[in-house]
Amino acid sequence: MNEIWAGLLAAFHLIVTLDGDLVEITLRSLQVSLSALVIASALALPFGTWLAIRRFRFRRATIATLNALMGLPPVVVGLIVYLLLSRSGPFGVLGLLFTPTAMIIAQVVIITPLIASITHQAMRELWAEYHDLLISLNTSNRQRVLTLIWDGRRALLTGALAGFGRAIGEVGAIMIVGGNIDNATRVLTTAIALETGKGNFALALGLGFVLIALALLVNFAIHALSRTERHSTW
Amino acid sequence: MVALVPIATLKDVTVKRRGKTILGPISHGLESAGFTIVLGPNGAGKTTLLNALHGVERLSDGSVTWTSPDHASYKDQAFVFQRPIMLRRTVRQNLAYPLQLLGHNKNEIETEVMDWVGRVGLNGVLDHFAPRLSGGEKQKLALARALIQKPKVLFLDEPCANLDGRSTREIETVLSEVNTAGTSVIMTTHDLGQARRLASDVVFLLNGQIHETGLAPHVFEAPKTPEAKAFFQGDIVE
Ligand SMILES: Nc1ncnc2c1ncn2[C@@H]1O[C@H](COP(=O)(O)OP(=O)(O)OP(=O)(O)O)[C@@H](O)[C@H]1O
Ligand SMILES: [Mg+2]
Repeated sequence: MNEIWAGLLAAFHLIVTLDGDLVEITLRSLQVSLSALVIASALALPFGTWLAIRRFRFRRATIATLNALMGLPPVVVGLIVYLLLSRSGPFGVLGLLFTPTAMIIAQVVIITPLIASITHQAMRELWAEYHDLLISLNTSNRQRVLTLIWDGRRALLTGALAGFGRAIGEVGAIMIVGGNIDNATRVLTTAIALETGKGNFALALGLGFVLIALALLVNFAIHALSRTERHSTW
Repeated sequence: MVALVPIATLKDVTVKRRGKTILGPISHGLESAGFTIVLGPNGAGKTTLLNALHGVERLSDGSVTWTSPDHASYKDQAFVFQRPIMLRRTVRQNLAYPLQLLGHNKNEIETEVMDWVGRVGLNGVLDHFAPRLSGGEKQKLALARALIQKPKVLFLDEPCANLDGRSTREIETVLSEVNTAGTSVIMTTHDLGQARRLASDVVFLLNGQIHETGLAPHVFEAPKTPEAKAFFQGDIVE
């Protein structure tokens, strides 16, 4: 109990004094995870929707693979990205290992299947509802995907939020590919792991509260956005 | 509009679902005098036939060939489904949607939308969320959304099923107007009074087969088959 109070106090202190390290780490966390979210969404939303409306030979296998990828342990993703980006790996020449870019890549790999899978579920329902109309209106594939994404945007937002939650709270993969380097690749989760290891429970908890607050804040912000939008048009 | 004109050739048209044949096999030269009403008991295959003609239903076998060039192109056909499909958008946005697909400009779309919303009497709900409209309002919206495309052929699957007498009259007036203006209509209904008011010709379906066809007065006054006769008298046809 004492430690939790101390953690709260530490968090409060860090936040009100706008502690330089905390701000830097927090901004980096946001930058990495939001970048990953944008890239993953750009891939997963059209792909998940496309998967819902197209019938092709390996559709079932593709969906099964997608669901399996969703359960991929982040640490293993980190390891694979590490091997690919390490100096002797195929992309070693790019020199990306231990940079925020490497962390973004790992997070994209982790959350794209999740967002694609949630997208696919939601879009399958909407497509069943819209199917006859969109066929009748002679829509192109592109128009179908865009219509479904637009009209299903609320469900997709939820999917994206789930992806963001997973990304910002992830520690194993970014620890491996980022290296938790001070002033370069340290983010909230890796900092928490480090401080816990050093026995600085109060600071670790403080960072933990900031992390939770951040996740909640992003959730509220997006929900508030979707609510105002609903009021203005409906 | 009294002469029958060939519009499509159906060759061995068959629709099977779960191993059961629900339509056909039909080989038939479909003719129309402008306003074709498809009649038949529940489950006869009316919806399936319309879907197959329009191409939203996958045929298990056979083919539909449109003989009249006016009917041939897919983009000249519009369909109002038995269960209205509402986009999760406002009434205004539902109406605008087909025109947006065609790339019309904003002003044009706005003019058309306001014109059609008035013709089907939906001015009062223009900015309401379409999936929450009443059943009758949904059907009016679906009709307007089909007509805004200025189709040469309009398919209607029981467009007045949820409507009261007054709304039915309004819809019938709109349908007569667009029909007179040159749009061919192919429509199903369970309302025999409506069929008599609107039909120029009739297709009578029974058990997935075209049982009898002809100009409306002939079919209604002197049906050739006992089943059609019984159906038009309001008897139950098995
Ligand atoms: N997907 C399906 N799977 C199995 N049976 C189906 C399917 N779709 C339609 N049917 C069956 O095919 C038959 C014809 O259906 P259809 O909807 O064309 O009839 P209908 O003449 O339009 O009837 P109603 O007057 O009730 O609208 C019905 O017996 C129906 O149960
Ligand atoms: Mg039907």
